[in-house]
Amino acid sequence: MTRYLINRLLISIPTLLAISVVVFAILALAPGDPMAEFATNPAITAEVRENIRRSLGLDQPIYIRYVKWLWAFVRGDMGFSFNSRSPVVNLILQRLPTTLWVVGTAYLLAALLAVPLGVISALKRYTFFDQVVTTLAFVGFSLPTFFTGILFIIIFSVQLRWFPFIYNSTLRVTNWATFMAQVRQSIMPVMVLVLFQAAVLMRFVRASMLEQMNRDYVRTARAKGLRNFVVVNRHILRNALIPVVTLVALDIPTVFTGALVTEQIFRVPGIGALLVDSIYRGDTPVVMAITFIYAILIVIFNLVADILYGILDPRVQYTR
Amino acid sequence: MSLKRLKMQLVRLGLLLIPLFMVGGLLVHHWVPAQAQADDTLRLLYWQAPTLLNPHLSTGTKDFEASRLVYEPLASFDAEGEMVPFLAAEIPSIENGGVAEDLSAVTWKLKSGVTWADGEPFTAEDVVFTYEYISNPEVGAITSEYYADIASVEALDPSTVKVTFKEPTVAWFVPFVGTNGMIIPKHVFETYNGPNSREAPANLAPIGTGPYITEDVKPGDVIVYVANENFREEGKPFFKRVELKGGGDATSAARAVLQTGDADYAWNTQVEAAVLAQLEAAGIGRVVAKPGPNMERIVINFSDPNVEKDGQRSHKDVPHPFLTDLNVRKALSLAMDRQTIADQIYGVAGTPTNDYVLSPENIRANAPWEFNLEEAAKLLDEAGWVDSNNNGIRDKDGVEMRMVFQTSVNPVRQKTQEIIKQDLGKIGIDLELRSIDASIFFDSEPNNPDNLGHFYADLQMYTTGNDNPDPTGYMRRYLCEEIAQKENNWANANDSRYCNPTYDAMFAELVRMMDPEERDEQVKKMNNFLTVEDVAVIPLIDRTSPAAAANSLDGIDLTPWDLEPWNIKDWTRKS
Repeated sequence: MTRYLINRLLISIPTLLAISVVVFAILALAPGDPMAEFATNPAITAEVRENIRRSLGLDQPIYIRYVKWLWAFVRGDMGFSFNSRSPVVNLILQRLPTTLWVVGTAYLLAALLAVPLGVISALKRYTFFDQVVTTLAFVGFSLPTFFTGILFIIIFSVQLRWFPFIYNSTLRVTNWATFMAQVRQSIMPVMVLVLFQAAVLMRFVRASMLEQMNRDYVRTARAKGLRNFVVVNRHILRNALIPVVTLVALDIPTVFTGALVTEQIFRVPGIGALLVDSIYRGDTPVVMAITFIYAILIVIFNLVADILYGILDPRVQYTR
Repeated sequence: MSLKRLKMQLVRLGLLLIPLFMVGGLLVHHWVPAQAQADDTLRLLYWQAPTLLNPHLSTGTKDFEASRLVYEPLASFDAEGEMVPFLAAEIPSIENGGVAEDLSAVTWKLKSGVTWADGEPFTAEDVVFTYEYISNPEVGAITSEYYADIASVEALDPSTVKVTFKEPTVAWFVPFVGTNGMIIPKHVFETYNGPNSREAPANLAPIGTGPYITEDVKPGDVIVYVANENFREEGKPFFKRVELKGGGDATSAARAVLQTGDADYAWNTQVEAAVLAQLEAAGIGRVVAKPGPNMERIVINFSDPNVEKDGQRSHKDVPHPFLTDLNVRKALSLAMDRQTIADQIYGVAGTPTNDYVLSPENIRANAPWEFNLEEAAKLLDEAGWVDSNNNGIRDKDGVEMRMVFQTSVNPVRQKTQEIIKQDLGKIGIDLELRSIDASIFFDSEPNNPDNLGHFYADLQMYTTGNDNPDPTGYMRRYLCEEIAQKENNWANANDSRYCNPTYDAMFAELVRMMDPEERDEQVKKMNNFLTVEDVAVIPLIDRTSPAAAANSLDGIDLTPWDLEPWNIKDWTRKS
């Protein structure tokens, strides 16, 4: 087991290096630069532009920039943002709480909804309940979040005036009233995400349940005269949830990167909005930092998922 | 059995991770006293979020805008083109001896008793330092070109500063004035006047002389300002607190002000006319147009974008097969339905024009224009461009009149493209429309063949204009020496590859002229040469930048030569 762990961790190093090279190369080769907005401004002459590029370190060749970036990153320095001339790590830390709150809540709610709904609709297959849930799930993952987001704004903000659609990140939660204000402004972005994620997860749980329900061990359990609840809870569910747990583990890194589209629509200042803005404005250090942290989290949670799998399912052996 | 338990525990632990993440998030998430939302809080909405509060390092207009609440220039221009003093005690002129007789220097008298927000006195040394900072190439200031003509800036005494120019100039009012003239404090930036300029904490925690100081800065999200207690004007500003929220899109920003009242003022609500009118109908806000020098134009490629020479297409020595023909260009200008484009697409945000220079009003030529497809067709016939092979497209000597027409991705521009394509189609010119993502179209990368500098197309459309009341720099765009080519990394401004000795000569005359009225006439003459006589460029729309303001907000006075919050100290709320 320990050997396996060490092996996996060692393999992940070249993987991460390869990822960083690819992302860096794409960013360096892609058009778009931090001064793009001033392109038609007569006062931004070639010389001014060159001075700015030099002050941002963009005058050096790509490979030197890459080595510098990598060395700094290894030492924990994620560099300076071109757009705000402040350390990238500050920008990320500033936005992390909001992202974890909004996207994290959404993911938790989605999981809490999806698992029971998926289980019940699998057990009561083809009943009215199943049809309704399946239809809702279908709607949920067919509608893109930018559409449901705007739809929610039109219905709940413009027409009904229930919720604000501008996320106020200066709101400080001190008492019940401000807590409720926080909840009110979070409801729409969270619901948009829940609708989508719960739908995907629900379908997955349902399929996974159905796969187990006709297995021989289930029939044996029933033949032993066990109560239905025990059969479902101890036998079917435990096996059916193995792939679900893996899926959830693999999804956790996405909580960190936030929700790109949803954050933009509701002006939620999360990591996703930061990433989109930085890509638009050619802010390479920020894009690199976020994508690379995401890559690291994915590698880690892949490992976590594999280990969880072994714990949940004793048939899996780690021999490599 | 116990081993099994342990495993179960581990699983539960794993599942617990998610709520832990969340609770953590919630706990870190502002656990500090609340601020009441009140009438003395002004809520600004910028769909492009400011990321930096040092105007001279700005990466976009948004940063200039957000800095303007804190920093001030010596003076600025109002909408009528009149100078308004800020840190200057009076406006220099030849009469009061501020401007040298030979226009080689300007002496500014500064207001006395002004202090920075931290209590330090504001002196002429700060102005000198601002010049040193901006002109230091290692700082990489975005505003440096506005200070390029200065020979020296010296403090004659603590409240007098003298700016000497390399050559006599009528544009003595460019440095330290308006958008690009904000003065920064020497005692704060002194140690960051070099390659370490980006490390200055004051880039995100500015200390200025203006009506506001920052309380909370979250780059790319929100900036909270509170009134500067050291501000020199008693009883101002009216709003004790300003929250500048960034992000999202222009349409929903307009909606937040005009329809739901979630914000008081939204910057640059560049939205389709019909949508804006519909939102305005809710009756709680209004659209204010910011007049300006910005003109949406069609740029003509005088070189051939389809022939490669010396490793580049659109080479200045390879003339375009038909756009070099004056009659063809005249026909194109006649075929532009400017009125329809303005009415149906721009609405309050634009009026038709055929002027290259729009602002200030006294140098505007009001060049004539008309929409006349028959006349256009006649001109093309006369020039020998007829449909000889009956494919619906005019041709001559085997060259078909097909063109690629490019612009940035933007619904307003795509609709304009459609209208133009239809009209040109009617007179037998075929357009292939291309729309390029704005960040790619407007970028300056030498390796990007799709940007406007490369201009690997026949026509392209975008907006620009003179950024101060002196249009000389803007007139340079059509000089032979300004042609964008591989040799200058396509960074020069003449993307049209237009080269006409007549125009160059007119420009040389303009530069020598010192008499204001004579200059104005010369600018008008050059304007008409570019748009009517030689049709070097096809102006379409005089663009104003619309902003949305709540009806309760008073005192807004937008000027083309400064940023929208330039007079924010005078903004008030009607009860």
